[in-house]
Amino acid sequence: MLELALGIILGGCAVGAGLAMIAGIGPGIGEGNAVAKACEAIGRQPESKGDVTSTMITGCIIAETTGLYGLVIAILLIFVAPRQFVNILMENIGK
Amino acid sequence: MKQRSRRFIAVDVLLLVGAILPLVAILVLKALITPPTNGIEITGALVYFTFPTPIQPLPVTEAQVNSLAVIITILFLCLYMTHGIAAMPSTKRQLIAEWIVEKCCSMVHNNMGEYFGGFAPFIAAIMGLSAFSSLLSLLGLFPPTSDMNIVAGWAILVFGLITYYKFKAGPLKYLKSFAEPVPFLAPMNIISEVATPVSMAFRHYGNILSGSIISVLIAAALGGLSKLVLGWLPGVLGDFPFLRIGIPAVLSLYFDIFSGLLQAFIFATLTMMYIAGGFPQEAYEKRRARRREKKKAKEQAKTESV
Repeated sequence: MLELALGIILGGCAVGAGLAMIAGIGPGIGEGNAVAKACEAIGRQPESKGDVTSTMITGCIIAETTGLYGLVIAILLIFVAPRQFVNILMENIGK
Repeated sequence: MKQRSRRFIAVDVLLLVGAILPLVAILVLKALITPPTNGIEITGALVYFTFPTPIQPLPVTEAQVNSLAVIITILFLCLYMTHGIAAMPSTKRQLIAEWIVEKCCSMVHNNMGEYFGGFAPFIAAIMGLSAFSSLLSLLGLFPPTSDMNIVAGWAILVFGLITYYKFKAGPLKYLKSFAEPVPFLAPMNIISEVATPVSMAFRHYGNILSGSIISVLIAAALGGLSKLVLGWLPGVLGDFPFLRIGIPAVLSLYFDIFSGLLQAFIFATLTMMYIAGGFPQEAYEKRRARRREKKKAKEQAKTESV
C-alpha cells in the first residue's frame, strides 16, 4: 500500500512538472510574433532600429513572465515537492 | 607617461588583493564544507551554519556568503578603478570607469526621465551586483542569483521604491488608484500590485537556475555517453569522461555569460520601468505647486497681520 502511495506521489509530481511546462507554448508564440513584427518595423524604417529593439526586448520580458511561472512550478515539483509530500505521507500513514 | 610612486603601486596591489581575496575565501570555504558526493547531484544552496535565535534557527547559506563576497569584490574593484583619478584622464582604468558612469547616466536618463537622474548609482549597483553574482558560476561556485531568497530581497527592495514613489502624489490618490476603473476590481488590482516583485524575482531566479540545471543534466548525460562509447578503453582511460571536455564550455558561454548578463540588464530595465512608470509626475507637480501656493499665502497672511 505504502509503495503504491509513494509511486503515485512521485509519478504525479513528474506528470505535473511536464504539464506545467505547457505554459512555455504561449510565450514562445507571443515572443515570436513580437520579434517578427519588430523585424518588419526595422525593415521599413532602419533608422529606428535602436528604439524598436529596446521596446521589443521590454515586451518580450513581459510576455515571458507566464512561461517562467510554469518553469518555476515545474522545478519546484521536481526538486522540492516530492520530499515534502513523502514527509507528509510518512507522518500520517507509515511510521 | 609619468613614473608612479612606489606607494601608489602598493595601494593598487592592495586593492586588487582585496578584490580577489573574498572569491578565494569562498572557494576555500566551499571546498572545506561541501560533503563528498558520488556523481552529479542537483541541490540547492548548502547551509554553512545556523545561528540559534529565540524564535527560529537562522541558517546562513552558501548564497548569502557568496553574495556578500561579491559585494566586497565589487567595492574593491570600484576603489581600484577610481584610484589615482585626475581631472585629465591619464590611465586606462579611469577611461573605463568614466565610460561606465556615462553609459549608466544616459541609460537612466533615457528610460526614467529628468526627475529620476539621481537613480543612476542605484541602477548601476543593482546591475553590477546581479551580473557579478551570475558570473560567479564561472568559478564553479554557487551563483547567489539562482537562490530565490537573494533575488526576492532585491525585488522587495524595488517594490518598496515603487510604492514610495506612487505614494508621493498623495496617500489618498494612491489608495484611490486601487479602486479603478470600478471599485469591485480592487482585489485584482492588489494582486497585480503584489505580482510585480514576485514576477521580478521568479524571472531572474528561474532563468539562472534553469540554465545551471540544464548544464548539470547535459554534463551528466555526456559522462554516461562517454562511458558507453569509450568504456572499452583499458584502465583509467575507460573511466575518464572524455566527452565532458569542451562541450559543456559552449553551453556555459550561453547559460552563464550571456544569460547572466542579459538577466542583469533586464532586472535593471524593469526596475527603471516600474519606478518611473508608477510615478504620477503630473499629479505630484500639481500637488507641490498647490503646497507652495498655500505656504506663500500663509506667509503673506503672517506678514500682513504683523
